[in-house]
Amino acid sequence: MSPLSRREFVGAGIAAGAGLVIGFYLPHRNQSRKEFSPNAYLRITPDNKVTVVVARSEMGQGVRTALPMILAEELEADWNQIAIEQAGASTFFGDQTTGGSASIRTTWDPMRKAGAIAREMLISAAALTWGVPRSSCTAENGHIKHAASNRSLSYGELAGKAASLPIPADVPLKQSKDYKIVGQRLRRVDSRAKVTGAAVFGIDHRIPGMKYAVLSRCPVIGGKVSNFDDKDSKKVAGVSYVGKIGDSAVAVVADSIWGAMEGRRVLTINWDEGPNKELNTAAVTASLKQAASKKGVNLYSAGEPAKASGRHISAEYSLPFMAHAPMEPGNCTAHYQGTGCELWAPTQVPQDCRDSVATAVGLDPDQVKVNVTLMGGGFGRRLEHDYAVEAALVSKAISSPVKVVWTREDDMRSSTYRPASLHLLSATLDGSGLPAGLTHRIIAPSISGQKGQPVPNGVDPDLPDEAGPVYGIPNYLIEYVLTETPVPLGWMRSVYALQAAFALEGFIDELAVAAGKDPLKYRLQLLSKDQDLTYFTTTWHTARMRGVLQLAAEKSGWDKPLPAGRFRGVACFGCFQSYMAEVVEISMENDQPRVHRVVAAVDCGQVVNPTILEQQIQGGIVYGLANALRAKITVEKGRVVQGNFDDYAPLRMEETPAVEVYAVPSPEAPTGIGEPSVPPIAPALCNAIFAATKKRIRALPILNS
Amino acid sequence: MADLTLRVNGSEKKVSVPPETPLLWVLRDTLELTGTKFGCGAGLCGACTVHVDGSAIRSCSTPVSQVSGKSVTTIEGLGANGLQALQEAWIEEEVPQCGYCQTGQIMSAAALLAKSPNPTDDQITQAMNGNLCRCGTYERIRKAIHRAANPGGAR
Repeated sequence: MSPLSRREFVGAGIAAGAGLVIGFYLPHRNQSRKEFSPNAYLRITPDNKVTVVVARSEMGQGVRTALPMILAEELEADWNQIAIEQAGASTFFGDQTTGGSASIRTTWDPMRKAGAIAREMLISAAALTWGVPRSSCTAENGHIKHAASNRSLSYGELAGKAASLPIPADVPLKQSKDYKIVGQRLRRVDSRAKVTGAAVFGIDHRIPGMKYAVLSRCPVIGGKVSNFDDKDSKKVAGVSYVGKIGDSAVAVVADSIWGAMEGRRVLTINWDEGPNKELNTAAVTASLKQAASKKGVNLYSAGEPAKASGRHISAEYSLPFMAHAPMEPGNCTAHYQGTGCELWAPTQVPQDCRDSVATAVGLDPDQVKVNVTLMGGGFGRRLEHDYAVEAALVSKAISSPVKVVWTREDDMRSSTYRPASLHLLSATLDGSGLPAGLTHRIIAPSISGQKGQPVPNGVDPDLPDEAGPVYGIPNYLIEYVLTETPVPLGWMRSVYALQAAFALEGFIDELAVAAGKDPLKYRLQLLSKDQDLTYFTTTWHTARMRGVLQLAAEKSGWDKPLPAGRFRGVACFGCFQSYMAEVVEISMENDQPRVHRVVAAVDCGQVVNPTILEQQIQGGIVYGLANALRAKITVEKGRVVQGNFDDYAPLRMEETPAVEVYAVPSPEAPTGIGEPSVPPIAPALCNAIFAATKKRIRALPILNS
Repeated sequence: MADLTLRVNGSEKKVSVPPETPLLWVLRDTLELTGTKFGCGAGLCGACTVHVDGSAIRSCSTPVSQVSGKSVTTIEGLGANGLQALQEAWIEEEVPQCGYCQTGQIMSAAALLAKSPNPTDDQITQAMNGNLCRCGTYERIRKAIHRAANPGGAR
């Protein structure tokens, strides 16, 4: 039996004939709630449909398939009767953010319990209907059965009666050995729509009478509009409005998107370039270096690295700003109507969209309705809500529904960026070549801090999920120095874990080389003792990291010789509570690495859908390879230099290796999978390049070094 | 403004738009065929790929006046009479993640298979290299093209 707080679940919104509705709460990441407010619903209707209403946005990570699988397992539902429905923003709901590799790990328990509660209520309803003991009834494939009398009722038939029963306080949950749905390669529910063009993404949404708008935003970070001349813009066919939106942009509205773009092309704006007009990347790098000697805060501390004696080694690693660049550029459709505003937004944060739009257009949050659309990728870019505010302001200005579309250049140059960071590492090797002490000093601006969100004790609130210890080194210090930058910052896939892993796992490789040891065996030696490393609220187990490293070693054939000209590198890292090891196999062609094969091993607890797991890991590695090889946003005279996929080039097919994915079988509760595959790939690749060339890469991107 | 006649997915469409308007926006906004996607506006990503007289082109960089009188096929036309083998293969190989680029990928793949019914890996790479995918589905795309070329057969 699972202990269950009665206040975690409610029967809600039960109208006559509506069937059974159970409301429950899905927490976001590690947040605790103060009072109970359901933010997800399970609805079983008399037409025998089971609907999960949940505010988790689909951006390619498969939540519309994986989340209902968890609930369907406990419910003993027929998979074909289940559908997921996207909830929009509501003040009635709890946190609705989709991010932090959190959807599965935070919904696993409540989803299972909601399914189990409904199952038990349906059993009770059937037992009452038939006048038989509950214990003689079983739930199976969308029906309650009474074997003794060979009777059976569907969930739809029982939903009405079940709805009149109290919510049980304790319900049994299934053992993983009895799973029929969880762990299966069920097909993703949205593929058909996505291969026929029927899928409606944010940019595809249309409403009657809708106008189109593009905005000219100040190219200088923090700059403003001084004045503008719209004479030529208004001559463009279809342009109906040109006007300032906020302090730093001018919108051009037309009856077609092309008209709006053409109108913007001939618009003249004089900018007040503001305090950052001389800002460039060199100054950003210099400010990180200046901050490097400042007092930091301890993220993790074991023993006293300063007192360790032996051979001393130190190194400096650095990473640039990077852009998310999802395939679907920013957009939002809005309809402001005086007492209300409705939005159709491809967003990871419907509530932030609602609240910031309410403030911007002078409404109460309850007067703003946010419809969440499908997203053409997110990667954290849609954790911002700038697109929604713009669309609402333009709609208000023109008293008409409008779709605001960003071009690729808009997205690249007016975005938020992965923070540039600097890392100082030092270690003291003992007589056997192992680190007796290790210090990793992370110097980076705080994303949350720049957005005015709390940064308790000077620790960016993302670091606890993303920069933890990997090895049980006796004297081990991870420090963080908070810096500031005017460059807009955002949470980008794997957030600070990418920087932390690149620095640490490159440096560990340096130590292995200094010790004259095989880099994989060196890591296994560092993980040989079972230790629990407590880092904020997470406990990292060296045994589980050892497990993924051994699996990656075995599947990659680490001990087998490679053909001439091929080289390997390895890295491991943990973030979002999952363990990941990756082995990369490369050759060098014209001084550039060609990646032939990547073997990835993961321990993320119970796997809900192996296909989606593989997709996420393959995708994270391809994303991470682009980050490693080329991703670099630079600033000159306060302006972001890169503009499109030519100077900020993602990976293409010709560069994409075969990626093999292996999961350690585990009965543990599932942990994050959208992001953990990203961080190890850059250091694994750089370590392979070292194996090939003896050249150590300590700054990304690789093709810039 | 120009009054133009296009043949889109087998039927004649009359549009009245500035002649330099990229075909992409005429398809999406005038004809409401939103399966063709906007990704870069510069012919760099392939999300807007459609067929003009059977050849894959980037509709974001093709003025609509250039295709006047020609035959345009979009993703909506590709599977109009039941899913094509390619679309079935895409589902079988679980290619789409976010799915945004996939209609353009499929249009590029369809043009490839029309020319080379059983393409080699190199031919696939060459034909598909202009189509970007930020979800990293390339290897599944490769498998899906092989599967469509050899339904049920050896790769």
